[in-house]
Amino acid sequence: MAARNIAGYVVLALIVIAFAISVVLKGLLLTVGAFLTLFIFSFLYKDNPYYKFAEHLFVGVSAAYWMCMGFWGTMVPNLFGKLYPPMVGGVLPALKDNPAEFHMVIPLILGIMLLMRLSSKAGWISKWALAFIVGTTAGLNLVRYLRSDFIQQINNTALSLYVTGATGFDLGATVSNIVIFIGVMCGLIYFFFSKEHKGAFGVGARTGIIVLMVTFGASFGYTVMARISLLVGRMQFLFGDWLGMIR
Amino acid sequence: MNGNGEQKSLVERLQFIDRRIIFLFIAVAVVLPLLFGATLKEETTPIVQELFDFIEHLPPDSRVLLSFDYGPTTAPEIQPMADAIVRHCAERDTRLYMMAIWATGHNLTGSTIEETLKPEFPGYVYGEDYINLGYKAGNQGLIRLLFDDFKRMYSTDANGTAIDEFPMMQQIKNLKNFDLIVSFGGGFPGIKEWVLYAGDPGNIPVGGGCTAVSAPLLYPYYPNQLVGILGGAKGAAEYENALITKYPAYGKKWMGGMSLMMSQAVSHVVIMLFILFGNALYFILRAQRKLETGGGE
Repeated sequence: MAARNIAGYVVLALIVIAFAISVVLKGLLLTVGAFLTLFIFSFLYKDNPYYKFAEHLFVGVSAAYWMCMGFWGTMVPNLFGKLYPPMVGGVLPALKDNPAEFHMVIPLILGIMLLMRLSSKAGWISKWALAFIVGTTAGLNLVRYLRSDFIQQINNTALSLYVTGATGFDLGATVSNIVIFIGVMCGLIYFFFSKEHKGAFGVGARTGIIVLMVTFGASFGYTVMARISLLVGRMQFLFGDWLGMIR
Repeated sequence: MNGNGEQKSLVERLQFIDRRIIFLFIAVAVVLPLLFGATLKEETTPIVQELFDFIEHLPPDSRVLLSFDYGPTTAPEIQPMADAIVRHCAERDTRLYMMAIWATGHNLTGSTIEETLKPEFPGYVYGEDYINLGYKAGNQGLIRLLFDDFKRMYSTDANGTAIDEFPMMQQIKNLKNFDLIVSFGGGFPGIKEWVLYAGDPGNIPVGGGCTAVSAPLLYPYYPNQLVGILGGAKGAAEYENALITKYPAYGKKWMGGMSLMMSQAVSHVVIMLFILFGNALYFILRAQRKLETGGGE
C-alpha cells in the first residue's frame, strides 16, 4: 500500500514538472488542453483520478457554457430585451429604444413555472409548462414528419426501374434504383408480422434481414470512421500544436 | 491457466488479447501517417459533387445561410467541411450569413471567420459580405420561427449590433430569401431539422456536412430533399478535392479533410486485420476442440 502511495506521488510530481516545463515552452492554454487530453486518454489504460478530474471538469464547464450562452444569447435579447427594452440597454444598446412587447410575459411565466420543479412542494406546477412544451413540439413535429419523413420518403423511393440518360440506357442508375426498390420492399416485408414468413413472403423477409445487416454494417463502418477522425484530431493537436512534430 | 488448471495454449491466449494492445496498434496507425505528412487523394462522389456544383453555379451576391450545428467534440470531422464550403462560397462572391442552433457552434463560427475567412479573403467586409448572427436557443422551433420572420429571433448580430444596421440584412425577411442553406452537424437539431422545417415547406435548397455516424441516416434525403451531403472526414476530403480541381491554388494549402484520410486508411486496415485475426483464431480453436473431442461438439 505504501509503495502504491509513493508511486502515486511520483506520478503526480512528474505531471507537475512536465506541466510547468510545457507552460514555459508552449503557454498555459495549449498546455492545459494537452494535459486534459492526456488525462482523458489515460482511461484507455485504466480508470484513474486524473481521468475523473478531466471528466468532471468537462461536465461542469459544458453545463456552465450552455447556461451562459442560453442566458446571454436568448433570454437577454429575446425575453428581457422585448419585455422591457431599457433593461438590456447596458449590454445591447441597439435594442433599448424598441417598443415593449408585453405578450412576452407568457413565456416568462411558463419559464418560471418550469423552474418550480426545483421545489418539492410546488413541483406539480412545472407539469403545466411541460405539457405546453410537449403539446407544441408534438403538434409541430407531427405535420412536418408526416410530410417530409413519410410522404416525401415514399416519393423518394418511387424510382424508375429503367433509367435512360442522354446516351441511352443507364445501367448504373438502373441497378442502383432496383437495389433501392428491392431493399425497401424487403425491409418492409421483414417488419410485417401479420403473415407468417413462409414461401415467397419468407424469401422477401430473409432478404430484408440481409438488407438490414448490410445497413447496420455500413453504419458501423461509418461510426468507426467518425471515431478515428476524432482520434486523428486529438493527435494532430498533441503532435502538431503542442509538440510541434507535424508541419 | 484455464478453468481446469491446465496451461492455456498460445491460440487461446491470443484470442483474449488485452484490449490495450489493440489501442496501441490503432494509436501507432493514426500517428505515423501524421508524422510523415502522408495524405490520400480522394475522388469526389456524385453526392458531394452535386453540392459543389450547386455552389459553383450560384451567381455572385447569392445569399447562403451557414448553420454551425456542432461542437468541439465533432470539430475534427466537421470543421474541414465548414472551411472548404466557406472558401468555395467566398470564391463565388456569395454573401455568407452564419448562425448556430447549437450553443457550441457559436465559438466555432467565430474561429471559422478568424482562421479561414478573414486571412484568406481580406476583401470580405463584415455586414456587407458576411455576418455572424450567433447562437439562438429553440432547436426546430427556432427554424420554424425563422421560416416566417427571421428578424423576430435575430434582432441583433452576435456582437449586439442592431440587425437593420447591416446592408446585407436589409432584404432578409425570412428563410425563403436565401438561395441555399448549409447545415454543418448531423446531430439534433441539425441537417434533418433544416430539411423538415425549412427546405421542404419553403422549397429552399438545403445541403449539409455531417458526422460519419449520422451520414447513413441522412442519405435517404438525397437527392430530392438535400442538394448534396458531405459524410464524415471522407466527405470533407472529397469536397476539398473538388475545390482543388476547380481552384488549383488550394492544392498548395493544408487541407483538414485530406490530412485525416491516410490515418483513416491505415487504421481501418489495422482494424480489419484484427477482425480477420480474431476470426482465424476462433476457427483454429474450434478445429482444435473438434479434434480433442473426436469430431463431436
